[in-house]
Formats: sequence, structure tokens, C-alpha cells
Amino acid sequence: MTLQDPFEFPQRTRAPDQPLLTVENLTKRYGPRIGCADVSFELYPGEVLGIVGESGSGKSTLLSCLAGHHCPDLGRISYDGRDVLAMSETDRRRLSRTDWAYVHQNPRDGLRMGVSAGGNVGERLMAVGARHYGQIRGRAVDWLGRVEIAADRIDDRPSAFSGGMQQRLQIARNLVTSPRLVFMDEPTGGLDVSVQARLLDLLRGLVRDLGLSVVIVTHDLAVVRLLAHRLMVMKGGRVVEQGLTDQVLDDPQHAYTQLLVSSVLQV
Amino acid sequence: MTDQAYNFAYLDEQTKRMIRRAILKGIAVPGYQVPFASREMPMPYGWGTGGVQVTAACLVPGDRLKVIDQGADDTTNAVSIRRFFQRTAGVGVTEATAEATVIQTRHRIPETPLAEGQILVYQVPIPEPLRFLEPRETETRKMHELEEYGLMHVKLYEDIARHGQIATSYAYPVKVEGRYVMDPSPIPRFDNPKLSGNPAIQLFGAGREQRIYALPPWTEAVSLDFEDHPFHATKAPHDCDLCGAKHSYLDEVITDDTGGRMFVCSDTDFCAGRRAKGHVGRLGEAA
Repeated sequence: MTLQDPFEFPQRTRAPDQPLLTVENLTKRYGPRIGCADVSFELYPGEVLGIVGESGSGKSTLLSCLAGHHCPDLGRISYDGRDVLAMSETDRRRLSRTDWAYVHQNPRDGLRMGVSAGGNVGERLMAVGARHYGQIRGRAVDWLGRVEIAADRIDDRPSAFSGGMQQRLQIARNLVTSPRLVFMDEPTGGLDVSVQARLLDLLRGLVRDLGLSVVIVTHDLAVVRLLAHRLMVMKGGRVVEQGLTDQVLDDPQHAYTQLLVSSVLQV
Repeated sequence: MTDQAYNFAYLDEQTKRMIRRAILKGIAVPGYQVPFASREMPMPYGWGTGGVQVTAACLVPGDRLKVIDQGADDTTNAVSIRRFFQRTAGVGVTEATAEATVIQTRHRIPETPLAEGQILVYQVPIPEPLRFLEPRETETRKMHELEEYGLMHVKLYEDIARHGQIATSYAYPVKVEGRYVMDPSPIPRFDNPKLSGNPAIQLFGAGREQRIYALPPWTEAVSLDFEDHPFHATKAPHDCDLCGAKHSYLDEVITDDTGGRMFVCSDTDFCAGRRAKGHVGRLGEAA
């Protein structure tokens, strides 16, 4: 077997008006229980899709299936014209560390806590074949700057960082290989509101500047109001309503969505 | 029980067959860790149970066995394993590297170059090079399968970030024939260049972890590094105080409590051979 060139990324042949991610009838069951059922949507380049719903509504199951952490029972996922579920595991894992990114709710799940911040950011670069220490470090400094972490913290371990910094570090670590599709699972969960606001601001800037497509799962309607272009509301594993974010939030049609929107505390 | 109650080289023939199959598979796929049904041996784990089983499976009555521990022929581990095979296999033993057909080693490769036909058996405590980076065995196997070795460089990156250079000085990971990343057992990285292109068969046995892997003769084993921080074999910057050797791996020996110390070859056979030829170091006496 010959070694692949580590910097040879998949050809980007997609026409701009083609969806980047197409999901058809995605179903995942846990025994007799439904994780998520009959989910279909399309995600276009540069688009942010929010998925909201209460706990246990299947949001995280859906996201895990999309990101390849779980294998769905039924349905099709195609990314950039390629069938993700039919892909070999080598290709899929390669995709998930170059073209895709996954931001965990708890930064401890997405970071290596025993490795310095620079090592965390550099890991994906080394995984795709970067072997020049100086260049890896340069990229790490650049990305720490972009997520507003001081360059002199590069050799500190994430355990010495605050929760908000850990979350920003996780974002830097994920975006360093310039992915096109980012999955986020409650990226602002567990952070206080002022830190949340800064993180959302940062995310919005990155999404706009890099033209990222994002699938963001949250139960916080304020987050989707700020970030998401389109919104999917889930309940009991099924999508009950979807549409433009403002439209869904300002004029909810489904009874559950109405309940969800009216449950938000007005300060 | 008498010594005659044992089969030749302690293990029964079926066990040796099983181990030989694992060895052959390891040789066929250089650097790949082959699982095998490791047996209880009459010594504790960590004393070379894996190496002893590999040696037992390789020995034939005409062999001459050499056993070294940190390069020395006369340390506890080396002496007890050598005696073990003298009693259970009745094979000849030697301390001379060049005369041995099978050499079991812990933490060193002999200084004297090995030749075709020799077998070097390593005792391996932890065969998985990714173990301290990724604790899940299922995941490390997957990483080997898919050649995902980026994490290994994360470790080297951390070394440079923290110490200014690659500080891993033993068990330095190598990539075998451009495919598997392998832990060469805790040999000093000084010995890493000798792994590659070695005419002897190199077998690695990990008893507790139940893995055997191998480097066939003349196999390429490249030490991992960065382009701007290339691999260097390192040793103490001294000559041997007994034989004056400049290019052998040295042990530092504290001689008193006022800062006195001496550096001696860790390979005792190499050092003795040089002294017999008349080489004398700083503190040595002429033979």
C-alpha cells in the first residue's frame, strides 16, 4: 500500500447551489425506543442550522449519527455528493478530522486535558501529516489569537484554563484544519451569560469569515436566534417544525414550539 | 520434582507451537503486535516473562544463549534467566555476543554488531506505543489499523514545547517499513539506529500484555521526528573510564558521596573485550 499524500484533500467539485449535507429519513432506534426518526434536511454551504428541543428529544442522537459517532439504522447521509454511510471507515475518519469538526458540550470531551494548548491545536495538523514543529506552532499561535487566548498560554494545559477558555480552545482545535462543516453540541452549555455572549460573538464572526456550514444543537433559544439561519424543532425523536429561525420563533405553528417559545423567561 | 519433569526449555510443545505461530506472523507483518496466549512463567511479570517464552520457543539443543540486562551479563535478571535455560534446556551459554545464537536482552542492543543467523529477543513491558496517549485498547488497535499516528507526534511536540528538544530518551517510537509504529521496548534511543537494517532477527515478547512482534532481518525502522527537530541518538558525553571506548552507551556510577563518579560501558561483554585487547580508560588498569 502506498501512503497517501497527507495534504491531499478531497476534491471540492460541488457546484455552489448544491447542498453540502443531505439527510434523508434518518432513523436511529435504541432497541424498541426511538432515538430519532425520519429526519430529513439539506444544509447549504455557509448555512447555520439550529436544532432545538427538550432533553430526550433526539437532538444529540441526531448529531451523533450525522457526525458518524453512531451508526443510524435507516436513512441516507450524503456529504458533498458522497454517501457518508457507504464510505470506508478510513475515509470517514479522515473526513471527520479534515473537512468536519465536532465541538462537544463539555470541552473535557473534546480536548486532551494532559496535553498543552498548542499540542491540542496542533493535533489535527499532525494527524493529517504536518511534520514541521515551527510551522505547527505558528498555526497554533495564530489560532489561539483568533479565539482570544493569549499567546503566552500556549504551553499551559487546558486544565489551567477557565471553562470559557477551554471551550474557545476546543473551537480553535477543531477549526485549525479549515473544516467546511462543523457540528456543535450545546457549545455554550455550562457557561455563565457574559462568557456565553462573548463565545457567541466569536462563533458568529468565525462562521461569517470562514463561510462555515454549521449544525448546532441547543436547548437555548437565544443561541439559535443569534446564530442559526434555519431552525428545526424536535420532540420525541421527530421533527415537528422547521423553517427560518425568525419565522419559527416569532410565529410558531406547532403546539410544542409554541410552548417552547413561551417558556423562555423574559427579563 | 526433578529437572527431568520439564519439557525441553520448560514450555510444552503445544505452547511452543502456538508461540512460534505468533512469531511467524509477527515476522510476516513487521511491527504488528500479534496477540498470543501468554503462559504463567516461574518468575514475576516485569522480569521478562514475554522474552523468556519467545526464547523458549526459539531454542534448539545446539544453541548458545546469551542473556543481558541493561547491557550486563552479570545482573540478577540476566543470571537467573540464563540459569533457568541451562537447567530446563541444557543449552550452552556464553557471554560473548559474537558467539551467541540467541540473545535475550532487557533494555539494550549489544554494541558488537549482530550477524545473520542470530536471534535477538527483547523483553517488553508495554508493547503499545500509543498507550499513554490513548488509554483505550480498542481505539489504539483502530489507530494502528487505519495508520492514524498523528498522536505520536503530539507527544514529541509536547516534549519540544516543554523541554526545547525531544526529551524521550528511551522507548523511542519507530515506524517500521513505513507502516506500523512500534515501541522498541525501553532501549535507550542511542540504540534506535541499530534496529534498522539489522542482519539479525529481532523478536519482541510482552508476557503480561500478551503480545509478540518482530523485525525480520534488514527491516527499515525509522525513528519519528520533526523536520526541524530531527532525531539524534544520544549518550553521556564521556568516554568509558575502564576501556576508553568513545562510542558506546555509558552507565554513570556514583563512587562516593563527594561527587565522585565514573562512566562505564553498559555492555559488559564489549567493555571486557576491549580491555582484553589492551584498551585502557581513565580509571582502568592495564590488563
